[in-house]
Amino acid sequence: MPIQYYIYFSLALFSIGIIGVLTRRNAIIVFMCIELMLNAVNLLLVAFSKMHHGAALLNNATATTGVEGQLFVFFIMVVAAAEVSVGLAIIVMMYRNTHSVDINFLNRLKN
Amino acid sequence: MNAIIFSAILGVVMMFTGIFTDKKPVITLTAIISLIVLLTVNLLNSYGLFSIQIDTKDLLHFNKLGLFFNTLMIAATLIFVLLSGSEIEKISNKTADFYALIFFVLCGTAILTSYNGMLMLFLGIEILSIPLYILTGADKHNLKSNEASLKYFLMGSFTTGIMLMGIALLYGATGTFGMASVGTGALPPSSGVQGPAFLQVAGLLLLFAAMCFKVSAAPFHFWTPDVYDGAPSVFTSFMATIVKAAGFFAFIKLFASNSSLLGPTWNILLSFVIVATLLAGNITAVFQRSIKRMLAYSSIAQVGFMLFALYSNNDLGTEGILLYTVAYSLATIGFFAILMKVKDYTFDGFNGLGTTQPVLAFVATICLLSLAGIPLTAGFFAKYYMLASVVKAGGPLWMVIVAVLFAAVSAYYYFKVIQAMYFKEGQPETSEITGGFKFGLLLVAAAIVLVGVLPSIVLNCFYF
Repeated sequence: MPIQYYIYFSLALFSIGIIGVLTRRNAIIVFMCIELMLNAVNLLLVAFSKMHHGAALLNNATATTGVEGQLFVFFIMVVAAAEVSVGLAIIVMMYRNTHSVDINFLNRLKN
Repeated sequence: MNAIIFSAILGVVMMFTGIFTDKKPVITLTAIISLIVLLTVNLLNSYGLFSIQIDTKDLLHFNKLGLFFNTLMIAATLIFVLLSGSEIEKISNKTADFYALIFFVLCGTAILTSYNGMLMLFLGIEILSIPLYILTGADKHNLKSNEASLKYFLMGSFTTGIMLMGIALLYGATGTFGMASVGTGALPPSSGVQGPAFLQVAGLLLLFAAMCFKVSAAPFHFWTPDVYDGAPSVFTSFMATIVKAAGFFAFIKLFASNSSLLGPTWNILLSFVIVATLLAGNITAVFQRSIKRMLAYSSIAQVGFMLFALYSNNDLGTEGILLYTVAYSLATIGFFAILMKVKDYTFDGFNGLGTTQPVLAFVATICLLSLAGIPLTAGFFAKYYMLASVVKAGGPLWMVIVAVLFAAVSAYYYFKVIQAMYFKEGQPETSEITGGFKFGLLLVAAAIVLVGVLPSIVLNCFYF
């Protein structure tokens, strides 16, 4: 499949994530949208990695170009997991104090 | 390498300290000793006496500037713990964990001062940010702290997503995560995408936006006042100094080599960001009633000045950012240490501090003068170097004039605190103040004046 399909698909997923973060009011859903953004990036990285690999193979049959893109994806997954653990803990902490996970609640600091 | 390895190990050591002892002063003492060890190890590394060598496959690149910056960060943390350690103990009984997280943040700083490629940039920023989300929410039963933490977390991970998209697009265009990624055109011509240049520019712009968010430059500064206000004051002090300076270092390093790709647009974009940051920070700070919130806005205003180093991108700019880090960290850590001793954070809460606590008021005055950039304090030379670097780089003169005008505006709100302390009557409530604390504060004030008179002290440490 041509690379641009992957690019458009990833960008679409990424934009859905951004729109979700900006419009939804439930902290958990906002959080899921952020995860969606990260996974869109993962997909894009893998696609680019394959593309660079394919381009390098034309010149050199044993080329390993493009591995680093896939390595990066693993790092993103690890960091996302760390973020989830911290983020869910924060959301639970807030739920204990306010009995709600609504982001509209977050305007107390303004005054 | 030393700083990265040792800060991670010492962080784990701090976690174990919490298991073996409940005595908070013991934990703080362990933290101070660990910081001194870290500082020594990093100094040994900078002078080439002892360094751990690991093959990092060129992902990390250590140079003198980065190591010196590490030293500054660790020293600032040491001063911070010495002055405000007792406040960290007051937040909850998880003191050891807070110190552990502070060490992990330092690990992130050490990565950010030595990264050589997008992978380590990303990891460094995350290692820096994730402990901070926790520290912001350290005061678990305080709703404001909860709120600040959730807000910081959501905004922070959102920007991480944007930054990663930028990195992915850059990778697509160049086929490498390396630093200097000027158009190699690795995309096969048959791919039908609009050419690598487009992807690369889009990627750089996304990265720029994300980094602006991390250092809280306008128009991505909206999280800063809320988070700084809601977080426990000790950690606000930590965030506003050490973390921000490390973010800046990464920002400058990233765009020093890449900005040429954006051409003349880069200068226009950056001057817009600088002026917007100065404007948003200074003007809003004037209208604040809470001093803590005023400091949050003033820290945005200081970012405007620090961005000049990015604009000029020359040796004066590098010296300037080092001086600025020292001046700004000393003054902010000192002033926050005093602020935490005063019960009421409004301007009225400082009324009459000059008569009831003369030492505190004196040191607060020095810190505020330094933040405002009055001559004979460290802040003056920091601002001077920044502006001089722009002039040297041939930047537009109107930007320098705007910056000086906004420095004058900033003097207004800093002097309002001084006025409250010395020229208004009142009985400010303060928590108990030990002699050692006062002595520490006086040392900070002395350091500010010393750097203000002889800025070459800091710079000589860097060059020799």
